[in-house]
Amino acid sequence: MRVYLDNAATTRISEAAKQAMTPFWDEIYGNPSSLHTFGQAASNALQLARESIAKNLNASPQEIYFTSGGSEADNQAIFSAARLGAKRGKKHLITSAIEHHAVLHPMMALRDGGFELTILPVQPETGFVRVDDLAAALRDDTALVSIMLANNEVGTIQPIAEMTALCRARKIPFHTDAVQAVGHIPVDVRALNADTLSLSGHKFHGPKGIGALYCRKGHPLQAYLLGGAQERNRRAGTENLPAIAGMAAALREAVDDIAETAAHMTSLRDQLIAGLRQIDRSHLNGDPMHRLPGNVNFCFEGIEGEALLLLLDTKGIAGSSGSACTSGSLEPSHVLLALGRPHEIAHGSLRLSLSRHTTQEEVDYTLAQIYGIVDYLRKMSPVWERIMAEKN
Amino acid sequence: MAMGYSDKVMDHFINPRNVGEIENPDGVGEVGNAKCGDIMKVYLRVEDGILIDVKFKTFGCASAIATSSMATELIKGKPVADALELTNRAVVEALDGLPAVKMHCSVLAEEAVRSAIKNYYDTHGIAYNPALFAGLDEEHDHGDLAEEV
Repeated sequence: MRVYLDNAATTRISEAAKQAMTPFWDEIYGNPSSLHTFGQAASNALQLARESIAKNLNASPQEIYFTSGGSEADNQAIFSAARLGAKRGKKHLITSAIEHHAVLHPMMALRDGGFELTILPVQPETGFVRVDDLAAALRDDTALVSIMLANNEVGTIQPIAEMTALCRARKIPFHTDAVQAVGHIPVDVRALNADTLSLSGHKFHGPKGIGALYCRKGHPLQAYLLGGAQERNRRAGTENLPAIAGMAAALREAVDDIAETAAHMTSLRDQLIAGLRQIDRSHLNGDPMHRLPGNVNFCFEGIEGEALLLLLDTKGIAGSSGSACTSGSLEPSHVLLALGRPHEIAHGSLRLSLSRHTTQEEVDYTLAQIYGIVDYLRKMSPVWERIMAEKN
Repeated sequence: MAMGYSDKVMDHFINPRNVGEIENPDGVGEVGNAKCGDIMKVYLRVEDGILIDVKFKTFGCASAIATSSMATELIKGKPVADALELTNRAVVEALDGLPAVKMHCSVLAEEAVRSAIKNYYDTHGIAYNPALFAGLDEEHDHGDLAEEV
């Protein structure tokens, strides 16, 4: 049995998205910037895709800028706000400790370049940013606040609307990384009230290498990639029309079925959570309620994540882990550490991320395999031996 | 091949040799720390100066388990003095290589064996040159160890 439970990393492209892309390889292949008929056909298709994406976010088409993905959208939003802020003497940035590196690393690069950076802590285990902490951190010289809508590792959904209200009242720009949220939970940019928001096509069964930055009408946005007038001078480079059309189709499909899909995934997610809670010394990471419908994240004491992951792989199950060994660095996940997990426990983490294709049979099979593997690894673990000895 | 591991690493990870404990061992050594993500514990049974049995328990990633397994295989049945000559390089070679970021696991396996032998010497009143075990009690540090290979 082959079970793909790494949908937070990337998803299988949908049939609708694949079909939507087909005409753009050898029929509508003109450059949208060209004035001839070939170009205009492409330009029209680009406009239709933009309108469709805007509609599914409750945005207007002029508020959507296509990018190469979520990382570029985050980078553009952050560097733009920082440069615009610096021009007016505002050199303070705020973000949270559990952001994706596509937000954290630009923020740290700006700090190295002379900005002051406040990294807000999150609540233990759940990962919520306290709105009061944000309120206390806001300053007259704050150039940008960037807090993610939903966390990629532990699935926590932040109360973004409460935070944007605070910032809007003080005219402080607000960016939200919504890469994991769009297509999975309702995302209404008017209700969220952020100035900029990033999304990525391949997280909701669209193609890879395409994303978008929403920028509220009237909010200033600088280009990040220079060298062309595309995207109303905000993003140089010939538009990736096949991927844009694919992403638009994938988003339409995801939003059309969002309630049904979320109910299906939430039910399976909660079975996995309940099942994994049965394991002695296991800890759910993130909030049980305010979490993405497809996210399951646990730490198992006494074992290490990479070993767990690779043994699951031998059983056909694909998951991910926040252990140091899987990150390629020597540190376990910054998100799990920010949630208050000690290093030795953070090493034993497992993330399973579901999709609309996940089945009951797959969940049952996965649970049974995890029980066996955790037990097996613990039997050979001197750390587990110590934990058991301390208990007795 | 997962994570760039050789077939031999995967074999020793999935089917580790000599897993377990020895009751009342003649020597036991534990190295690493859980904070870094790997701990290895090696148990020895010695008869007439020969390692007639070796077992291990490991908390760690696939390469930590595989290097423990291979290190115990390499010394089992050998005279204690020969086992002391085990190098991390020999463990890596026997496994057909390790990814660069995992080299510290082989160093840890070598240290676990040496630590168990030191414990055997200490508990059996066997005299030895302390220089043989230089550096063993130092704090485990990935950064330094990675440079050794």
